Amino acid sequence: MNDLSEKNVPASALLVLGCPEVPVQQALALHIAFKFRKRGTAVHVTGNPAVLNLLKVSDPEKRYLPETSILEKCIKELVEKKRDPELCIVFAHSDAGITYAATMRHLLPASRLVVIIFGKDPEPLAALIDFPCEKIVEKAVHNPMQLRKKVNEVFGWAA
Amino acid sequence: MGCIENLKYDMILPLGASFKECREYVEKNFLEFWYVDPGYKLFDEYIIGLPPIALGIEDGKKIIFPYTKPCHGTYLLAVEDADEAARVRKTARKKK
Repeated sequence: MNDLSEKNVPASALLVLGCPEVPVQQALALHIAFKFRKRGTAVHVTGNPAVLNLLKVSDPEKRYLPETSILEKCIKELVEKKRDPELCIVFAHSDAGITYAATMRHLLPASRLVVIIFGKDPEPLAALIDFPCEKIVEKAVHNPMQLRKKVNEVFGWAA
Repeated sequence: MGCIENLKYDMILPLGASFKECREYVEKNFLEFWYVDPGYKLFDEYIIGLPPIALGIEDGKKIIFPYTKPCHGTYLLAVEDADEAARVRKTARKKK
């Protein structure tokens, strides 16, 4: 708990989710939201309607994800500077995910950007990233445990 | 970008093309092309992508642009709109 990143808890965090076809994403999103909210970070989650509905069903009382918005609305708010999170975490398991991460890098130049690259074959996707960010890369589809371990390490959380 | 899906468009590259493939296709196949950054407003929506985003213009009125959907990837669309093409020429840049 004395880790530097643990001391620097962001006031706000934005989680950008991709298509929900890879199950570990939703599990990790709830895990990350829980960890940050416990530390006082305001967490906002954006994604397409399908992934947001999956999360809403899993979190009926909005204990973990009180604030969500669809991607188009969130991007509009970022462009118009109505939303300016200190930390942005992008989940990417496809070329589209990398595209969204690059967009976030451009729209949030001063924010800490962490890109979680996962799925069946994450290494080639990670190689597409040529913009400044922190990368968490792990082959993960159904089992979130190893990816959770890496996420915990990056943010200085005990498991 | 819900409203772009309601426009009358031609699909130049199918779903699943990579973003870089779309940019290279525009640069190689259209005599007139411009560059913009993510967040540029086109057809009243904010477009996303790896900067710089290449937009093609054909016949002075057809705009060729990438459109990304989270579940599929990026594909390249062409939409005819002379006013929007004129606006791109005024607000986009020639250099990467």
